[in-house]
Amino acid sequence: MVPPCGGVSHTDVVCSGIPLQDAALVVQGGSIIDEILRGLVQAIHLIATRDLALFEIVALSLRVSGTALLFSTLIGIPLGAILGLSRFAGRRLVIALLYTGMGFPPVVVGLFVYLMLSRGGPLGQMSSSLIPPLFTPASMVVAQCVISFPLVAGFTMAAVMGVDPQLRQQVRALGATRWQTTLTVLMEARVGVVVSVIAGFGSIISEVGAVMMVGGNIEHRTRVLTTAIVLETRKGNFDLAMALGVILLGLSFVSNVAMLYLQGRTFNE
Amino acid sequence: MNESIYQLRGVAKEYSGRCVLHVERLDIQRGEIFALVGPSGAGKSTLLRLLNFLEPPTGGSIRFLGTEFSSSRPAPLDLRRRVTTVFQRPILLNRSVWANASYGLRLRGQRNAARQVEAALEQVGLNDLARQRARTLSGGEAQRVALARAMLLQPDVLLLDEPTANLDPYNVGLIEGIVRALNQERGTTLVLVTHNIFQAKRLAQRVALLLEGQIVEIADVDAFFEAPRDPRTAAFVRGDMVY
Repeated sequence: MVPPCGGVSHTDVVCSGIPLQDAALVVQGGSIIDEILRGLVQAIHLIATRDLALFEIVALSLRVSGTALLFSTLIGIPLGAILGLSRFAGRRLVIALLYTGMGFPPVVVGLFVYLMLSRGGPLGQMSSSLIPPLFTPASMVVAQCVISFPLVAGFTMAAVMGVDPQLRQQVRALGATRWQTTLTVLMEARVGVVVSVIAGFGSIISEVGAVMMVGGNIEHRTRVLTTAIVLETRKGNFDLAMALGVILLGLSFVSNVAMLYLQGRTFNE
Repeated sequence: MNESIYQLRGVAKEYSGRCVLHVERLDIQRGEIFALVGPSGAGKSTLLRLLNFLEPPTGGSIRFLGTEFSSSRPAPLDLRRRVTTVFQRPILLNRSVWANASYGLRLRGQRNAARQVEAALEQVGLNDLARQRARTLSGGEAQRVALARAMLLQPDVLLLDEPTANLDPYNVGLIEGIVRALNQERGTTLVLVTHNIFQAKRLAQRVALLLEGQIVEIADVDAFFEAPRDPRTAAFVRGDMVY
């Protein structure tokens, strides 16, 4: 890929325990602003020259986070709808667990999934084709699912509960089945439901702790944008790290605009 | 007018152990306009929810179109779809007026009913607003959309829960005209819950007074207002009842 920005050995600076902000200040060439500008230029350069390594990392990031988001949505939206619309014994406990899950630090999730999937772990011992081994994209998908599905479910539940309860009765009075009623309520809460998906996506595209722990940041296999940023920063390639950061932000922006589009005209009202 | 579309026997409804409705006997005839009057909290809306099979009764049975339902035997979907309700405060979907009006038909898988939807919106005077967002409508217009939505389903029974409360005289007149036409032209059975005894007098053929969850008196409209048998009915009609 692009060589380190040269000159000072930034690896030494970071490893010697100097905080990152201070380290950035002593980067050759001067200020942080210069670093950001160089990062922007390099980001454009990497995209313009269709850097293969970059595209591989971006593709894997999107594949892992996209798959995790798909599973989180498939689990989270129905779970959120059930919690928002029905009353059953233990509902409060499930909601409390969900709220706890919404605040899980990714690195703790990573540790948990790592222990579960490792050879000595309860899932790793099963040697099933359905259980992904550690240091694979599939294991990263599992970790990211655990991070994002509570967010999707929690925000969906809140959105569904925000719909006028009278609506359900009136929809039922028009002859809706239970399934049609749930679907109608979800459609009415669509702004909140899309926000839940956006929140879920935001939580995983930008997380580094879990994917680093279960993926291992292996080149050509499990390296994604966030782990690449950490690696390049540690190597002292601040402008490359910044370029990857800019690309990550750009991806996040484009994905969120696409999801906002899903909200349709409602968003403009 | 002799055939009973509903037969209620010993129907009770309890919430958290508190009995809010106990109807020993009530027959509603096919094709009539039946008004339920009474003060707030008398159980009128609860009774409508039972008639629409939105909730099962706690006790007793409801015979509808010859089939009996109870707490242990809920009404199947096809029978439930022969009844619908227009509520006091219509909740419209955050879509167009057209989408709201045709919503009930779409639930039944009928997607090619443009002519019927157009005719129903014409009847309630809202064809010009068909493409408008329903949530931008006034209270009277929203209620007319709800009425069009219900009419399009061509139900055997239309339940009306205070359909003109808080509406201006123009909308009241319009809705009452549509309701009357539905009954006369299509033979739809109408059950009207209202606080407004004058409205009950204008529309209904039979009237029942519900007090504290129990039916006090059922009579033809003239007898109910001119010669009530029960002193509580007389007090209610005179407006002497404090509630």
